[in-house]
Amino acid sequence: MTTEKIALERYKYDVLVIGAGGAGLRAAVEARESGLRVAIICKSLFGKAHTVMAEGGAAASMGNANSNDNWMVHFRDTMRGGKFLNHFRMAELHAKESPDRIWELEMWGALFDRTKEGKISQRNFGGHEYPRLAHVGDRTGLELIRTMQQKIVALQQADKREHGDYESHLKVYAELTITEILKEGGKIAGAYGYWRESGSEVLFEAPAVIIATGGVGKTFKITSNSWEGTGDGHALALKAGANLVDMEFLQFHPTGMVWPPSVRGILVTESVRGEGGILTNSNGERFMFKYIPDVFKDKYADNEEEADRWYVDQDNNRRPPELLPRDEVARAINTEVKAGRGTEHGGVFLDVSKRISAEIIKKRLPSMWHQFYELAGVDITKEAMEVGPTCHYVMGGVEVEPDTAAAVGVPGLFAAGEVAGGMHGSNRLGGNSLSDLLVFGRRAGMGAAAYVKQNSNASVSDATVTAAAARIEAPFARSGGENSYSLHAELQEVTHNLVGIIRTGTELKEAIEKIAEIRKRSANVAVTGGRKFNPGFHLAFDLDNMLLVAESTAKSAISREESRGGHTRDDFPGMDSGWRQSNHIASFDGNQVSVRKQALPFMPKELFDLFEVDELKKYMTPEEIAKGGSN
Amino acid sequence: MARKLNLRIWRGDATDGGLKDVQVDVNEGEVVLDVIHRVQATQMGDLAVRWNCKAGKCGSCSMEINGKPRLACMTQVASFEEGETITVTPLRAFPVIKDLVTDVSFNYKKAMEIPAFAPPADLKPGQARMEQVDVERSQEFRKCIECFLCQDVCHVVRDHEENKKSFAGPRFFIRIAELDMHPLDMLKNRKRTAQEEHGLGMCNITKCCTEVCPEHIKITDNAIIPMKERVVDIKYDPARMFAGLLKREKRS
Repeated sequence: MTTEKIALERYKYDVLVIGAGGAGLRAAVEARESGLRVAIICKSLFGKAHTVMAEGGAAASMGNANSNDNWMVHFRDTMRGGKFLNHFRMAELHAKESPDRIWELEMWGALFDRTKEGKISQRNFGGHEYPRLAHVGDRTGLELIRTMQQKIVALQQADKREHGDYESHLKVYAELTITEILKEGGKIAGAYGYWRESGSEVLFEAPAVIIATGGVGKTFKITSNSWEGTGDGHALALKAGANLVDMEFLQFHPTGMVWPPSVRGILVTESVRGEGGILTNSNGERFMFKYIPDVFKDKYADNEEEADRWYVDQDNNRRPPELLPRDEVARAINTEVKAGRGTEHGGVFLDVSKRISAEIIKKRLPSMWHQFYELAGVDITKEAMEVGPTCHYVMGGVEVEPDTAAAVGVPGLFAAGEVAGGMHGSNRLGGNSLSDLLVFGRRAGMGAAAYVKQNSNASVSDATVTAAAARIEAPFARSGGENSYSLHAELQEVTHNLVGIIRTGTELKEAIEKIAEIRKRSANVAVTGGRKFNPGFHLAFDLDNMLLVAESTAKSAISREESRGGHTRDDFPGMDSGWRQSNHIASFDGNQVSVRKQALPFMPKELFDLFEVDELKKYMTPEEIAKGGSN
Repeated sequence: MARKLNLRIWRGDATDGGLKDVQVDVNEGEVVLDVIHRVQATQMGDLAVRWNCKAGKCGSCSMEINGKPRLACMTQVASFEEGETITVTPLRAFPVIKDLVTDVSFNYKKAMEIPAFAPPADLKPGQARMEQVDVERSQEFRKCIECFLCQDVCHVVRDHEENKKSFAGPRFFIRIAELDMHPLDMLKNRKRTAQEEHGLGMCNITKCCTEVCPEHIKITDNAIIPMKERVVDIKYDPARMFAGLLKREKRS
């Protein structure tokens, strides 16, 4: 039982932005510049969002490195990457607008790396036809966050000059968790939550709410995501009556560290394998030779001697099988571990030390060497790493109107960034997430501003407040109930083992049952200690969100009987052009998540015509090809 | 192989608190944040600690480990003697909220007081041209992850609450230096206001901030000292002041 008095604070705003990563900050800037009063709410301190982890860059067809690049090429690459399950309009807007979003950051003080002519430098990345990623060394995400954080401060300084108060029109509420999005009369009316620091409760009244809460990685055992990736926005939206689209699609990277715990989940870049890293199982067997699919037989070496020769003579030898596409490598690692040939921590060995000298490793892979040495005491020049698939990004998310980022079915609700679905289809290209959050963060801000012009007033009824407050108090009122840390660990085991990178119908069925079981027990979570900065209390709410995400993912995954992008079914290994015509829509009735199919909008002729018909034949049915676009 | 570690954790809040001893399992390769999390999950469910990325990139898990300001995610247990007790305490320069969590709002207030980036009025998006060598000086300072360890260690404020009002601290000296060296920033007098309004003069270059920086930013040598030198030049050299007026580009 808690003894602290709960003082209810109330605030009124035009727009509430939940999440202070790239998408949230970009949305807030846009809404404030439209003249509105805006609150930004973040679970962490201002400027700590997971966006800071993004390394590679932001994709935008500025054409600085190759003048042949343009939005149409970027659009094609994005659709191919997503295996044509993307919402065409989102991919189109994204490709058209990302250059302007990058240049705009430069006007706010961002300092990207430069070309010889002094323009913004652009680097190559997987799936992008031309060098396209604007970058700052390997800390591009940090540059984006800092630039927008400082832009927010600049707007606050302008408000101080005009209104005498930095925070009169734009305020950051840091370390505050939202537990519920509130509606009155079917429309958004605000949100309810608590200060993490004190545990005291806060009511926000606002006609428009923008969700920009990022990803869901913490639902899984091995993830590259920070603790905040607990699917809050996904769950808040579901509970508010919005839909989640295509939640079966998650991006796993094949080689994340699985041990030691201090670096668990952290990505080991593909270049470690490119430089000669080999994969072995616990018997010391270099197992990748067993996993070369027929279609790749002429490109990949089937014996060690040839594979080794490739590093010195690439013209006369086939590539080592460690360099097969990501999903093939991940599948192989998964099979070895499930067959009992994994390491004691559930991974396989990746060793670069046997082939090249310490000196060369440090020269070619400086940040990898440094990171693991400093964070885990692992010296990759001397010993093998233990690696396995790590959950990296969720393609699925809130179903939105592409142009306004408005959540379908809930007037006043908007979503942008990783929490929104549709943009990336079944698989996201590297570099497209940073540009996504800029393009759709801005559009969500515009969408919310336009909405508020028509719907300026919102007030929350006492009954709604009472219900929201009761929910927060509940875990304190129980004693001797379940421990949220253990339930979280159990959920992560289930998702890791049964809803992970390679799926089967029977395992998914088992997962759905187990998730339901954990959810039942989670209703009985008890919290020890008081309300003041109590992580056990915080996790109780995060857990609830992760359970809804896991249920949506498992139920979408069992329904999709094909393999595509970030969804691989061992029992349905092929891609099926019939399935390409369907999105999965998850909704929540207060008790459980249900998933239904919905027709994927078809590209208009002008976009359809950007592709060669022969390429589209790989993805589309003959009838779709014959139609040649939707108008 | 797990072994036992003796961990001494400061627990309490603004009104009261003290060190608590716990024994906790530690595995090979773990960092201090890992064992704190294990204590949280198994012995003290309400132990307060800030953290985010656990990869040395967000600067959230700042605390003092055996009295030294460090990131808990970047401090390996193996870097201490076996059998040694590791003591973790909250950042000393900021008010305690609970356990290892402090109120760092001082830093966000100071951030608001540094005048924002001011690009040329006639610059159009996409038109900026800068040399790599010219952006690199500011880029070094933009590596800052805002862990505020430099702010915590700086003796100007560490034990002198009264100085906080007039002293922005090393994190914001590199912010001012970054803007001052930014090829597109047009605001004049950044160095002088650093001296006159943000307390640059109170720094006496002991380099403690540089030593604790997890990003290895040369705060003292590359930001503070060059600004101090220029301030001295500007303030006491009339010829330079006059020359400065004649130059179109900003100089201070």
